[in-house]
Amino acid sequence: MANRTALYDKHLEAGARMVDFAGWEMPIHYGSQIEEHHTVREAAGMFDVSHMVVVDLRGAGVRDYLRHLLANDIAKLRTPGKALYSCMLNERGGVIDDLITYYLADDFYRVVVNAATRDKDLAWMRRQAEGFDLSLTERDELSMIAVQGPRAREIVCTLLEDGDRTAAENLGVFVGQQLGELFIARTGYTGEDGFEIMLPNADAPGFWDALAAAGVKPIGLGARDTLRLEAGMNLYGTDMDEGISPLEAGLAWTVAWEPAERDFIGRQALEQQKAGGVKQKFVGLVLEGKGVLRSHQKIIVEGVGEGEVTSGTFSPTLGVAIAMGRVPVGTDARCEVEIRNKRLPARIVKPPFVRNGKACIEL
Amino acid sequence: MSNVPSDLKYTKSHEWVRDNGDGTVTVGVTDHAQELLGDLVFVETPEAGTNLAAEESCAVVESVKAASDVYAPLAGEVVEGNELLADAPETVNNDAYGDGWLFKLRPENADDLNGLMDADAYNKLLEEEA
Repeated sequence: MANRTALYDKHLEAGARMVDFAGWEMPIHYGSQIEEHHTVREAAGMFDVSHMVVVDLRGAGVRDYLRHLLANDIAKLRTPGKALYSCMLNERGGVIDDLITYYLADDFYRVVVNAATRDKDLAWMRRQAEGFDLSLTERDELSMIAVQGPRAREIVCTLLEDGDRTAAENLGVFVGQQLGELFIARTGYTGEDGFEIMLPNADAPGFWDALAAAGVKPIGLGARDTLRLEAGMNLYGTDMDEGISPLEAGLAWTVAWEPAERDFIGRQALEQQKAGGVKQKFVGLVLEGKGVLRSHQKIIVEGVGEGEVTSGTFSPTLGVAIAMGRVPVGTDARCEVEIRNKRLPARIVKPPFVRNGKACIEL
Repeated sequence: MSNVPSDLKYTKSHEWVRDNGDGTVTVGVTDHAQELLGDLVFVETPEAGTNLAAEESCAVVESVKAASDVYAPLAGEVVEGNELLADAPETVNNDAYGDGWLFKLRPENADDLNGLMDADAYNKLLEEEA
């Protein structure tokens, strides 16, 4: 029996087509994935992301623990509420998961991990916690709703009480704050402005209804994927996994090498990889001509070597097929992609493809 | 509930076939198939003159989600591919049995049409798959 979020009935009411996602019955779309995509780029949409896993870490040893656990350095977080994106690596430098950590107090951090990796993440986090003074609590009683798009913040703020409204309006980028029953963070996975809101399961359907009444449209996981891909954001399990290091997945910017004495898990392996020279680089691709790029398609770079598309789709905003993938480091501006035994020319670009509703690449 | 016109023939792989009465048939994907696929963003149709075996993969319909093969319902020669779909693949979503047709075929053996499902049989298949 698949898990259902507190918003399951709301999805059915809205005409969702439900699919299994990591053991959860989730909406893939509510009619048209492409229309939902445009809604987020042009106005405001809401996603049920309650399947994601919220873990609260409390105790005197939390800071030291997270500085050992994560490849990015949470010591960068100096103001309460500030968030950090990081990979959690194994000893070989492979990515166990990517996650967001909120600094809430010196002895209180909140981590959000992927639903598909829940069990292995928690097992790993518990195992690494040995010897540190901390408690680890899964917050399954919380739902999470992402409200994204150019009108998202403005609409959410109209639903808040006066004091909370001002606080939410002034929330900086990548900062979260507890406002009454709501934990509101200015984060997202679409390349648009907006909030991700955690709230008690019992309050979630009412809040969802209020958002809908204020003009926010429900958006399924299908559009979530095309939006994140246009935004050049990696998807765990597709763009990277335990056999791929952040240096090969376009995530070198999330590895904090300084201070040199910080001994995070996977550091040694990454340093070796770096010293030996990383063989592949992670790039964006734009297909020239008609067709759709998909994960696992072969990339051919004449005279250089081969690579692979890790995620690809048709970009509803740009009207062309786009992808992210790994290619040999010597790859320049052009390549070919093998689609159904035909080789089609593609251009190499630097993601993101779209940010804040606008194209970031030349078409 | 999907639209299943009574004057067409159907395949298990969700193609529809219309007898044009002039020795050719028109082929497309059913309303049920387009609904399952979601918004189509790319359609590749076979070129005129291509000879197809029955159940041979001969066209591709791709939505934002996935690519699906379309199979020849009958053996025969392609008379025409629907060129409109190269620039307007969404026509298949909007008008699966009309302007969203994929290709026209001259069957090797006109009697083969009788081997395909009628609307009642196809409706039954959809109920079983639901």
